[in-house]
Amino acid sequence: MESNLLSIITFIPAIAALILGVFLRGEDETAQRNAKWVALIATSLTFLVSIFVLVGFDPNDTNFQFVEERQWLLGLQYKMGVDGISILFVMLTTFMMPITIAASWNVTHRVKEYMIAFLILETLMLGVFMALDLVLFYLFFEAGLIPMFLIIGIWGGKERIYASFKFFLYTFLGSVLMLVAMVAMFSEAGTTDIPTLMSHQFGSETFSLLGVQIVGGMQTLMFLAFFASFAVKMPMWPVHTWLPDAHVQAPTAGSVVLAAILLKMGGYGFLRFSLPMFPIGSEVMTPLVLWMSAIAIVYTSLVALAQEDMKKLIAYSSVAHMGYVTMGIFAANQQGIDGAIFQMLSHGFISGALFLCVGVIYDRMHTREIDAYGGLVNRMPAYALIFMLFTMANVGLPGTSGFIGEFLTLVGIFQVNTWVALVATSGVILSAAYALWLYRRVVMGDLIKESLKSITDMSKRERAIFAPLVVMTILLGVYPSLVTDIIGPSVEALISNYELALAEADAATKLAAATE
Amino acid sequence: MQADLIVILPEIVLSVYAIAALLVGAYTSQDRMASLLVWVTAGLMTAVALWIGVSGEGTRTAFGGMFNDDGFARFAKVTILLSASAVLVMGQDYMARRDILRFEYPLLIALSAVGMMMMVSAGDLMALYMGLELQSLALYVVASLRRDSVKSTEAGLKYFVLGALSSGLLLYGASLVYGFAGTTLFSGIIEAADGRAPLGLLIGLVFVISGMAFKVSAVPFHMWTPDVYEGAPTPITAFFATAPKVAAMALFARVVHDAFGGVVKDWQQVVALLSLLSMFLGAIAAIGQRDIKRLMAYSSIAHMGYALMGLAAGTVFGVQAMLIYMAIYVTMNVGTFAFILSMERDGRPVTDINSLNMYSRAQPGRAMAMLILLFSLAGVPPLLGFFGKLYVLRAAYEGGLAWLAVAGVIASVIGAFYYLRIVYFMYFGEEGEPIETGKSPVLWGFLMASATIMLVGIVNMFGVEGMAQAAAATLVN
Repeated sequence: MESNLLSIITFIPAIAALILGVFLRGEDETAQRNAKWVALIATSLTFLVSIFVLVGFDPNDTNFQFVEERQWLLGLQYKMGVDGISILFVMLTTFMMPITIAASWNVTHRVKEYMIAFLILETLMLGVFMALDLVLFYLFFEAGLIPMFLIIGIWGGKERIYASFKFFLYTFLGSVLMLVAMVAMFSEAGTTDIPTLMSHQFGSETFSLLGVQIVGGMQTLMFLAFFASFAVKMPMWPVHTWLPDAHVQAPTAGSVVLAAILLKMGGYGFLRFSLPMFPIGSEVMTPLVLWMSAIAIVYTSLVALAQEDMKKLIAYSSVAHMGYVTMGIFAANQQGIDGAIFQMLSHGFISGALFLCVGVIYDRMHTREIDAYGGLVNRMPAYALIFMLFTMANVGLPGTSGFIGEFLTLVGIFQVNTWVALVATSGVILSAAYALWLYRRVVMGDLIKESLKSITDMSKRERAIFAPLVVMTILLGVYPSLVTDIIGPSVEALISNYELALAEADAATKLAAATE
Repeated sequence: MQADLIVILPEIVLSVYAIAALLVGAYTSQDRMASLLVWVTAGLMTAVALWIGVSGEGTRTAFGGMFNDDGFARFAKVTILLSASAVLVMGQDYMARRDILRFEYPLLIALSAVGMMMMVSAGDLMALYMGLELQSLALYVVASLRRDSVKSTEAGLKYFVLGALSSGLLLYGASLVYGFAGTTLFSGIIEAADGRAPLGLLIGLVFVISGMAFKVSAVPFHMWTPDVYEGAPTPITAFFATAPKVAAMALFARVVHDAFGGVVKDWQQVVALLSLLSMFLGAIAAIGQRDIKRLMAYSSIAHMGYALMGLAAGTVFGVQAMLIYMAIYVTMNVGTFAFILSMERDGRPVTDINSLNMYSRAQPGRAMAMLILLFSLAGVPPLLGFFGKLYVLRAAYEGGLAWLAVAGVIASVIGAFYYLRIVYFMYFGEEGEPIETGKSPVLWGFLMASATIMLVGIVNMFGVEGMAQAAAATLVN
């Protein structure tokens, strides 16, 4: 069945950006309002159209659906499609973007360019989750750096220049190694079609390179090249250092997109490329990834405890939560991967909401110092309630979506590596410590600071922005099968292919040993 | 004889035109004609490019194999002629306003274009040298076109002295090759060097490669590039950065494949090393530059490194990748130089990149076009510059040079920094003394067209992929 639905979704924002760029003139208030409305309508429209995809999607079919295919340069293809793993990321993106735009209603500086950057960014993010061609994926994956670089650099805080360069060069360096691996895959397999590559067996004979024995051969090397890119994007400890800078300096909406969607590309990449295409390489590197995740969870939680800047604290907490994701993915069982995907979606809502919470008070006070606040509950009861909900969700309180993700990944990892599970579980306690402490310092206590005496509670617009996030967080918390029903069959297929590949390789080695 | 002349008819037409116009100019000795001559020359070169591109087919040789007219030569010639005429038209206003538009200028460019056409068609070491010198001599003169400027004359002199040295190297190499192969015809050399080349032939090959590396400004033969780029008037710099580079790369490909195609392994390592050094030096040395012309000089060194990467693969696909890379490179550079030509303050040209502070505020459209070009130069997807890199990376990997591909992408990250810095000035900087970028619709047109191509070209590359493939297939066999 050929349909253009996915392309339509992907390119609605880009077309809106083009319209803004070509037709909107001037910097006056009318022009600014028009730019905002065009962006809001375009992103909302994208969301509405994407609902058709979700409705038409058949979870029990583990093949790619809504596939469209065209020939392109160099034997590449323009091929788009979704399966159970990617569809919810597409939904997450289309869901978060109108919220992001609405959250930027107060922007007054170069509004038109701002909206164009966000619209282009949405197109590129959607492309990442739908692309079924290696190079097409890379194209969307990397191109997202350009608008994000500009968003941080133009509309960011004081240290924006440093943060934007660090963001760009860090992630660019990670990704170019992946590009070389992609070129290698293209040459070895003769195609860049992702479904075909998933069933292609790349070489896994051990060989030595510059005197080092590479167990798992080509697969390990390719795994590492992809890992360099996804680990930076994720971000995993110890290559996470770009994230706190980028988050702190980015404008509120930029932080939301970064935390809610861009970070998910790394996890998505592991599920789409690393596990299915390099099963043997993945197996070889699993202990490393698991321990990196465990260290990330504990270490970044401790770092978060020491932060004085609210955004930085939430950024470090994001790194810790992404640690659960990588851990769940490389547990490579149903609970682990289900949990990882769930955790990514839930973190999308929760961290997005938390950054919005920071944005609410930043808009009023123009500071993110934790010390500058205290006792907000006295003047902002509604804000205190919402902030509490998301703080609890971040901690992983049962009844919120945060709990399901953490719990499933921990169950998954416990079956594989008890020690990693033990270390990672201590992160749950630490996350409660930093999140609750942050909440106490900002919201609780007496309102003694003179500057806060006249602070106002959330406006109607702000409440409306949070409403969908609140609904999603609680809904997924009490009814998680909404998600797991959709991702379940695809994850099952992924795991059975993974195990089959490992078993085959195992049998081949045994056979080789026996014949000798 | 007559058949031979028909093969080189395009070259004859251009040379006759150049000489006739030179005579007319000399007798009337009026620079007033210069503007007219620029347009006529550009028009003629475009017409010749179309003529070659449309009517040419098959492979023909002339003068006993000294001159080849094949798909490869035609691809290179079309690229050379189109970029040369684009640069001529772009520079006309700039030079006229600064009173350096002599009538010799377009004619020297035309003669140099003839030299380049000879180079890419050469089938013999003598023909090669003839084309190379015709091209270079014209360029030495135009480099010092601004006679009253110390920098410009210095640029011309430097270029000439170093160019003479490289010609010497090349000639020495050619004489060694002749000595050991017994012929100067490429077709004869390849027979002598099939499978295993004698040592003398290899030494000759290395000297010939050195001479050509100078022309493409590959490290370690790049020293002249930044000074000449900076010193020469900007339109001349724009010309240096485009057509001669294509010609020299095409010549490079022709020599290594036509004359030494049997000993790929022997020259592969040399070319790979040149490529590696160029990519890294170009990326690192440009970081400290404040002058946009010097910066573009290092940028072009780095780009030549990538093009050489394709060549180093030693395969048909490698040559195809190199041709595509050069076509994209030229298009990007035409747009970028259209912008640099328009940078001025109170009528005086400005080349300091600081002057671009918050340029996006004053001119959002042009700033956006430059943004696209800069990201394309840096090789960031989804722009066409990325596809150029993708082709050469694949060629290098399939040619067994995976290490070179890895080094290349790392260099591209380092190189991204200085392109980003220009973006930084244009978009994030502080308000400074503003620059004007003129009203010239010609420059605006080239800038916008080039940026649009970078964006739209990713759909099908306007068919250049297939043409380059056909061209590469005729060269390598």
